[in-house]
Amino acid sequence: MDNLVIGGRQIVNRLFLGTGKFSSYDLIPDVIGSSGAQVVTVALRRVDPGTASENMLAYVPDNCIVMPNTSGARTADEAIQIARLARAMGCGNWIKIEVISDNKYLLPDNEETICATRTLAAEGFVVLPYMNPDLTAARKMLDCGAAAVMPLGSPIGSNRGLKTRELVQIMIDELAAPVIVDAGLGKPSDAAEAMEMGAAAVLVNTAIATAEDPVLMAGAFSLAVKAGRMAYLAGLGGESALARASSPLTGFLF
Amino acid sequence: MGFYALLEQSKTKDLAQLLDSVTERDVACSLAKSRLSTRDFLSLLAPAAKGCLEQMAVKARSLTRQHFGQVIFLYAPLYAADFCENNCLYCSFSTAHDYRRKKLTMQELEDQAKALAKMGLKAVLLLTGESRSFTPAAYLKDCIRLLQKFFTSVSVEVYPLTEAEYRELAEAGLDGVTVYQEVYNETVYRRMHPQGPKADFRYRLETAERACRAGVRTVSIGALLGLDDWRREAFFTGLHAQYLQDTYPAVELGVSVPRIQPHLGSFAAPAPLADSELVQIILALRLFLPRVGIALSTRERPALRDALVGLGITRMSACSSTVVGGYTAKGKQVAQFAVSDSRSVEEIRQMLKASGYQPVAQDWHTLPQGKEVHHVRQ
Repeated sequence: MDNLVIGGRQIVNRLFLGTGKFSSYDLIPDVIGSSGAQVVTVALRRVDPGTASENMLAYVPDNCIVMPNTSGARTADEAIQIARLARAMGCGNWIKIEVISDNKYLLPDNEETICATRTLAAEGFVVLPYMNPDLTAARKMLDCGAAAVMPLGSPIGSNRGLKTRELVQIMIDELAAPVIVDAGLGKPSDAAEAMEMGAAAVLVNTAIATAEDPVLMAGAFSLAVKAGRMAYLAGLGGESALARASSPLTGFLF
Repeated sequence: MGFYALLEQSKTKDLAQLLDSVTERDVACSLAKSRLSTRDFLSLLAPAAKGCLEQMAVKARSLTRQHFGQVIFLYAPLYAADFCENNCLYCSFSTAHDYRRKKLTMQELEDQAKALAKMGLKAVLLLTGESRSFTPAAYLKDCIRLLQKFFTSVSVEVYPLTEAEYRELAEAGLDGVTVYQEVYNETVYRRMHPQGPKADFRYRLETAERACRAGVRTVSIGALLGLDDWRREAFFTGLHAQYLQDTYPAVELGVSVPRIQPHLGSFAAPAPLADSELVQIILALRLFLPRVGIALSTRERPALRDALVGLGITRMSACSSTVVGGYTAKGKQVAQFAVSDSRSVEEIRQMLKASGYQPVAQDWHTLPQGKEVHHVRQ
């Protein structure tokens, strides 16, 4: 079985879902259903256990792994507080650290993220830090106890695809831990590209949530992730600028 | 350099001439760009852009969905006091109006908070007039602490405070500061605010910067539309927002587009603007600053508010009362201004859902202790 193992959990479906941008919370169960996603991230800032219709957690099926995120945190301290709040509210011990001190591009602060990773991993959280793709920072996060790293493909919500391809490829090649491409994947083919490169999983929200038919698009992403993963496992053929004939002219020599 | 200096520099430019010189072709070029310069922003506010509203709306809608999703955040104002030392020509709280003023006791504030929270709201905007003697920072701090029992986000729209005061309030749990410059044209500003502490244009202009430096998480600005030429006012509002976003990137920035509404007294807006012009402002702001939140209050009537959902707006107030104590039957004070949309929170929710938008009451959890942040790019 080609399962991804994070925090002791077996994950079959390598499409992780974000939930923040759907036009209705009622869509979330259907999107999860059509994609088969097992890991779903929820911004703790939106979790309101006191109001059933507003409690996003209530829309996530019980068999999913809820990965609360620290969206809104500007510093390691704030991310740590949000993570603790999430655990106290019964959201489990997975946490996606998001520390963003740049509201224009929503690019993460790797330095603060490393600090938050250190503290939260020591407190027993399964930490998945969202980060700018940087091999050195990723190594530090893993040294601090991160269970995986989540480099961005391009800025959140931009739908621009894998603009950070070269840096993400280096991370995949060099790190033993799972590399999950998060943010910016705008099309199923972007997700397939990340998976073909050897990403362990991808996380998608905007491209699915803002599609004309989010349920159908979730299914499309799921298939693309599976196809990309299969292609990676199958081993892609090399690329060449020149044509290579199926029946080479010098074949008679061999 | 602070924003005041930038505003001073802009005085050397003939904005009216620049606006008039914009052609439809300029507007089309600006619309085709993914990153807009201040010149592009000006083009979108120009008379020449009037014929391009549909194209602007299509792009604004797409950008808003991309960056904020199909959600609208809800909030409501809570007026704690109407004591004021200013005599702003357009406001019911002006010292020119003689009526019995009121300040809520903590018990009364709690009653108001309970009534609002019962409607399902989680974000509250606390308002007072400007009176350091009746509503000092210590009173605001008590209010914020109390309101945190009922709301996950507490913001204030009060008088300009010092940086140290904002820091103290942020540490007490204050999440956001809203401060409207009212009018960026300093000459008109002086005419509109002849007396009281608010007469200090520069101190008010720099309020948002003080709040940003103090570590307040969200800061919202705006001009009271109708006091001066709307194109200029919208342009400077956008420049101010851009300045704050670039200088204090850690702050979540918002812009409001309040149009002047009827109030006590006989003041008439000197430069009223039509619905289509308000729409042009919202669209131009969204295209210029794709990541900045835009709020639309109950100053606007239901039909217009409904139509504007999806065109750039990210936050809406609901079931608003602009009266001190207005959420319980006992409230008998004078309204700061007239609201045009008196629908209940539930009715606004239903409207949003019918329009394909998820209403979101809660978008933040107040954290146990406020922490300072200094992410100033030098």
